[in-house]
Amino acid sequence: MTNETIMNIPRVTPKNMTEQEFFYGHKACAGCGGSVAVRLALKVLGERTYSALPAGCMAAVGFIFPQMAFKNNSIITTFPGVASMASGIAAGAKALGQTDFKTVCFAGDGGTADIGLQALSGMIDRDDDVLYICYDNEAYMNTGIQKSGLTPYGTHTTTTPAGKNLPGSKTHKKNVFEIIAAHDIKYAATASIGYPQDFINKVNKAKHIKGATFIHVYASCPTGWGTPTNTSIEIAREAVDCGLIFLAEYENGDFKLNKNPKEFASVKEYLTKQGRFKHMTDEDIEQVIGFRDMKWERMRRNWNHK
Amino acid sequence: MERPIKRDFKRPTHINDYPVGPQYEAGFLAETNASWRTFRPVIDLDKCINCLICYMVCPDGTIMKREGKVAVDYDYCKGCGVCAHECPKDAIAMIKEEL
Ligand SMILES: Cc1ncc(C[n+]2csc(CCOP(=O)(O)OP(=O)(O)O)c2C)c(N)n1
Ligand code: SF4
Ligand code: SF4
Ligand code: SF4
Ligand SMILES: [Mg+2]
Repeated sequence: MTNETIMNIPRVTPKNMTEQEFFYGHKACAGCGGSVAVRLALKVLGERTYSALPAGCMAAVGFIFPQMAFKNNSIITTFPGVASMASGIAAGAKALGQTDFKTVCFAGDGGTADIGLQALSGMIDRDDDVLYICYDNEAYMNTGIQKSGLTPYGTHTTTTPAGKNLPGSKTHKKNVFEIIAAHDIKYAATASIGYPQDFINKVNKAKHIKGATFIHVYASCPTGWGTPTNTSIEIAREAVDCGLIFLAEYENGDFKLNKNPKEFASVKEYLTKQGRFKHMTDEDIEQVIGFRDMKWERMRRNWNHK
Repeated sequence: MERPIKRDFKRPTHINDYPVGPQYEAGFLAETNASWRTFRPVIDLDKCINCLICYMVCPDGTIMKREGKVAVDYDYCKGCGVCAHECPKDAIAMIKEEL
């Protein structure tokens, strides 16, 4: 698809989006950010969508016999195999002569950055017609908050307990967006549920591209993060405003920063209001800020931005 | 049907009646989530400007677009308060549920 045709895609907004709900009556915790991502994506993609979900919260809360919170055709897959399952679904539907469908994966950060990475790499390599959405709540939440490759520095999790010997997680977030882009994928993007219209636009764009596409969406988790249930959107917005999460796209071989703030909001304020970072010392926070600045320096130098 | 609704479910009485995996009819809901709620969102339609922000950000999809006004599906709203927190007009109050 050329850029011109992409620009002609009708915009989806809350005003014109379908009133149908495809992820409904699920058992996610109150205020779950992952459910915002899944729900909005399905409203953009529509009824003729096959979704595949590996083990993780969105699978666990959607399929509790006899409850089927997905109103579109959906399946739980093995933990490492969501991308290969989706590839198979897309191939199967095509073999049946179907043409009016989309296949989507909804996988967590653990299911994407760690255990599912190999299958995802193969899916992109073959350019299978699948949109892969990673909802990133920065830990293995469904099994009780363990560190993943996308858990940021300083996070208290059950496998990186903060205390005298550990600052919490000692590693920074894996560079998943760039790892995916390095495949020369047709379209990849990062997003945050704190900027829902931007996320909707990116899903809509990916919907209209034939072939493999990828969206990494930051999705808060009040249960695992120790935040009030009502601030799930706000905290995901603040993560972007303080520069720890960036909004970007990769298309036709080019990286583009969608948001390039002149000044960042306070990192300290963002961190200390969350239970998972409460223990962090000023030195720990300086580490986080230093890593952020290094990353932004590199992005601003190498990527397109306004 | 825009939103799935609670339907009757007859519990299987024999092990053979259970499916092998957690498979079932898409959109089948055997119970509501109303009992999760400790606070209920109440919308003041005089203050509401129908911007649909609450509609967009509700994790449960329980804000409904209705003839230029929004309404809540209290069968499935969990009372998280996201809608009230994000409303630019402070048109949603979270009221404690009475038992
Ligand atoms: C092969 C395998 N290993 C471990 C598990 C246990 N398991 C189920 S869900 C889950 C956590 C998933 O974390 P993530 O992908 O980040 O999704 P989240 O639960 O955070 O939404 C784990 C470890 C499993 N189901 N299969
Ligand atoms: S633990 Fe977190 S990600 Fe999982 S359902 Fe609860 S809020 Fe959502
Ligand atoms: S966010 Fe507030 S003003 Fe906007 S539609 Fe909802 S209730 Fe109305
Ligand atoms: S309280 Fe939460 S679940 Fe209920 S309508 Fe508001 S955002 Fe949706
Ligand atoms: Mg996770």
